[in-house]
Amino acid sequence: MSNRIDVKKTYKLFINGAFPRTESGRTYEIKSAKGVFIANPCLASRKDLKDAVVAARAAQSSWNKASAYNKGQILYRIAEMLEGRRAQFVDEIVLVTGATKSKAEKEVTDSVDRLVWYAGWSDKLSSLSGALNPVAGPYYNFTVPESMGVIAAIAPEVPSLLGLIEAIAPIIVGGNTIVVLASTKAPLSAMSFAEVIATSDVPAGVINILTGKKDEIAPWMASHMDIDGFDISGLAAKSHGAIRIAGAENLKRIYSFKSANPGRILAYLEDKTVWHPIGL
Amino acid sequence: MGSPVSFDYAPAPESRAVISIKPKYGHFIGGKFVAGSKHFPTINPATEEVLSQIALAGKAEVDAAVKAARKAYTTTWSKMSGKERGKYLFRIARILQERAREFAVLETLDNGKPIRESRDVDIPLAAAHFFYHAGWADKLEFAGLGTSTKPHGVAGQIIPWNFPLLMLAWKIAPALAAGNTVVLKPAESTSLTALLFAEVCQQAELPAGVVNIVTGDGSTGALIVNHPGIDKIAFTGSTEVGKIIARAVAPTHKSVTLELGGKAANIIFEDAAIDEAIEGIVNGIFFNQGHVCCAGSRLILQENIAEEVLEKLKKRMSKIRMGDPMDKNTDLGAINSKEQLLKIRELSASGDAEGAQRWTAPCELPAKGFWFAPTIFTGITQSHRIAREEIFGPVLSVLTFRTPQEGIDKANNTPFGLSAGIWSEKGSRIFWASQQLRAGVIWANTFNKFDPTSPFGGYKESGWGREGGRHGLSAYLKGVGHE
Amino acid sequence: MSFYGLVDGSEASLKNYLGSLSGVDQVGADERAAMLATRSIKTTSKRWAIDTAISMVDLTTLEGADTPGKVQALCTKAVRPDPTDSSVPSVGAICVYNDMVAVARKHLDLVGGAHVGVAAVSTAFPSGRASMPVKIQDTRDALDAGASEIDMVIDRGAFLSGDYIGVFNEIVQIRELCGTRAHLKVIFETGELVTYDNVRKASFLAMAAGADFIKTSTGKIAPAATAPVVLVMLEAVRDFYQMTQSRIGVKPAGGIRNTKDAIKQLVLVNEIAGPEWLTPSLFRIGASALLNDLLMQRMKLDDGYYASPAYVTID
Repeated sequence: MSNRIDVKKTYKLFINGAFPRTESGRTYEIKSAKGVFIANPCLASRKDLKDAVVAARAAQSSWNKASAYNKGQILYRIAEMLEGRRAQFVDEIVLVTGATKSKAEKEVTDSVDRLVWYAGWSDKLSSLSGALNPVAGPYYNFTVPESMGVIAAIAPEVPSLLGLIEAIAPIIVGGNTIVVLASTKAPLSAMSFAEVIATSDVPAGVINILTGKKDEIAPWMASHMDIDGFDISGLAAKSHGAIRIAGAENLKRIYSFKSANPGRILAYLEDKTVWHPIGL
Repeated sequence: MGSPVSFDYAPAPESRAVISIKPKYGHFIGGKFVAGSKHFPTINPATEEVLSQIALAGKAEVDAAVKAARKAYTTTWSKMSGKERGKYLFRIARILQERAREFAVLETLDNGKPIRESRDVDIPLAAAHFFYHAGWADKLEFAGLGTSTKPHGVAGQIIPWNFPLLMLAWKIAPALAAGNTVVLKPAESTSLTALLFAEVCQQAELPAGVVNIVTGDGSTGALIVNHPGIDKIAFTGSTEVGKIIARAVAPTHKSVTLELGGKAANIIFEDAAIDEAIEGIVNGIFFNQGHVCCAGSRLILQENIAEEVLEKLKKRMSKIRMGDPMDKNTDLGAINSKEQLLKIRELSASGDAEGAQRWTAPCELPAKGFWFAPTIFTGITQSHRIAREEIFGPVLSVLTFRTPQEGIDKANNTPFGLSAGIWSEKGSRIFWASQQLRAGVIWANTFNKFDPTSPFGGYKESGWGREGGRHGLSAYLKGVGHE
Repeated sequence: MSFYGLVDGSEASLKNYLGSLSGVDQVGADERAAMLATRSIKTTSKRWAIDTAISMVDLTTLEGADTPGKVQALCTKAVRPDPTDSSVPSVGAICVYNDMVAVARKHLDLVGGAHVGVAAVSTAFPSGRASMPVKIQDTRDALDAGASEIDMVIDRGAFLSGDYIGVFNEIVQIRELCGTRAHLKVIFETGELVTYDNVRKASFLAMAAGADFIKTSTGKIAPAATAPVVLVMLEAVRDFYQMTQSRIGVKPAGGIRNTKDAIKQLVLVNEIAGPEWLTPSLFRIGASALLNDLLMQRMKLDDGYYASPAYVTID
């Protein structure tokens, strides 16, 4: 048995490409499935959310302008980085959730594959969801899907990594930026995933990850006027009504999904239709 | 003959003989007209003449309509093949074409819009919407990514007074094509063409209960929105009411689409084709008295051409013919209601109070009815109320910009995002600007064009979803993977 | 020449002047013209419009088969379009080839039509393909024969090849030749210029060069005086007035065959250039068959029933 004292990681938030502590100084304790103390992740505050939204808004325009090819490559790059750190993610999932190693391995594998699947969507969206509309007149008229802006998301409690990726990937692939709240009970995957993002050519502010309490943060997200859409797939159905009511103040687009599908990407895109005369 | 002369077009009124308005109307429920209990008058806003008495639907009527729609959905409409459903829609399109004159006259009388517009825009487009969607009914499996082929069930639809029959078509045609049945409520002040449409449903032998029309005011609308027997709400109207509806349905299973307000920017770059841009500005804000959610109510001019454009615009506005909506030469009709007129006056007064300069085209206001002469405000900044709030009337706010980016930034500086206009003869600038603008419909070198194949709807507080085209159809089909 | 102070006669200044013009969006112009075509003109306004249109007609014959007899008959008709009704005004002018000018002038004077002008088509009409000395002689012949109006064609080939200064100089020379003897109308043949941008450019070019009128077409090429082309030209004269305080006339020619077409033209004039242009000194319609339709419609307004061609003269 070694006498070495291991170096434990401080789990922080991920905002604007940096890893700040919560400005509130609040944390909460998480324990392993066996009841052993693991970490004191941040309890993100309303101010942390605000900072994350400011970062996401600032990053949105240039992320949106990045070519579809570029966005696809960056998502694929995230998958590459995740693949390279499989072991760490498997260990964390096993530690926190008590899942079997093979189940955890499957989750990580699925996570990598899901990122690759969404990466491939970036340069197909316009051709599959856009349209050239045959209007009755001398006009060229087309509809293209465009990014909606800043989207908030609540990741499900489990699977903590795959659920997080399912929240992030479809939202950012179309040019949105995101503020996502990680699994409360199992935030390690999310905070380690932030390290993956930080080394994956993702521009600062495109993905922002908070940890904390759903009941606290979800209403703040719902009422924040500079958030355009909200994925509440990770929120218990019983609170959806109240969240939607709060979100109505700026008519946020609020959706909840059960599975991975292209509708999940399209939900946070706006269809823009452009008319132009055809003449000499 | 050397001296200037005046070419006064003599009145050219459209004949009213083609229509007959009943003194009193009921509701259209389960394929039959049923008597109403309470009634309120509907008037011709151009003359204040009472045209008829419209029924006010209460709980019993709305219940009956929803029940009829549910019965039609379960027993008939959902069991019918798409091919057969489509044929009914084709029939409706054809009958609307056949009876177009009747609808145009009735629309103009009830709404106050010029007969030229109801005849050339509203009614032909309404028929076109049915024709377009008819063809979708048996092709739902091709309706795009992220949608199923399953309808929602019973749709509750609430429409505004600015394009009464056209908005009805925008709502009913896709709903029926997708396999839903509907309960529709026309606007309080413009129910007549919806009730005439009920006759069209009868002539088309549409199965009873597939389309139900209940008339009434906001209280009737609230009964529809909150009715537990309805699966889908579609609303066109103000952002204020849209938010109320969004909150009301939030805790329910209902799917919602909202077409709400706007404060569209019409951006004129220095290299624009000026004369056509002037037409675009005029069409943008004075079409349908400015009662258009996508109206180009903010003119954003490049500063170096502002003077020239304003001078030409004022001359052009002096040619606008305001008056009897039934006259075929009328360009600008009556404001739809006294209430709306007061709103326009109030917001215009705020422009005066906040130091903007008002200019009104010289025109004589008729003695009776509700009228507002075409007006522009210059000296406007982003901070003026009149540059921010939807006015829904023939009033244009004029702002200027120095660089293209500043023009776009001003255009986007609003919680709305329904439409925008761009005028430039430079292709790359058009595409750049159309990408930058945060709005669902961009008219480049044109304005206020509509087509059933072209999706319409806004970003941000301008609403949820699209109407028209494949994108609009999907609002009446269940989403894939949605909870 | 001063060219209104807009250009100095050099190619550079002309390019600069033409380059400052805004473009024309074809679809927008078509829509505006189509919308104005829906104006409904009834009763007293229609009566006024018909008489005004008659007074604006340049009654035209431009056939290889023209003879003195044919031209004389036309002149008689020009002075008294309806021999049974003296309230019908004379037309604006007779429009003929230059070899018929003397015949027309003489006959008009003979039948009491001293007030009706004679317009001669000129500068190697209709193609404009001849040397400048030939064009000058062509014009001089017409002037010497008594033409009070010269309808010259521009060299479309030169225009389309970008030789704007060449086109400009031709107009300037013909203008000088006309002096105070005749009004100059400049024909663009818009069917060959094709785009509305070109129509607008040609309009401003011709106006600066000294045209008194700008005219759409020769009548030999279709499309000719379409409503949107006339609209673009009316916008040009309106804008030119704004710049120079000078009113230039407009003459659509070709394709205006009935009263409805003519009234649509008057509506365009009224709404685009303004009512100041509603006079034969600023608006003419080049036509032949149109006159009889105007007369028949006039009879219908008077009598309340439709007329028959048998009641109007075929001259």
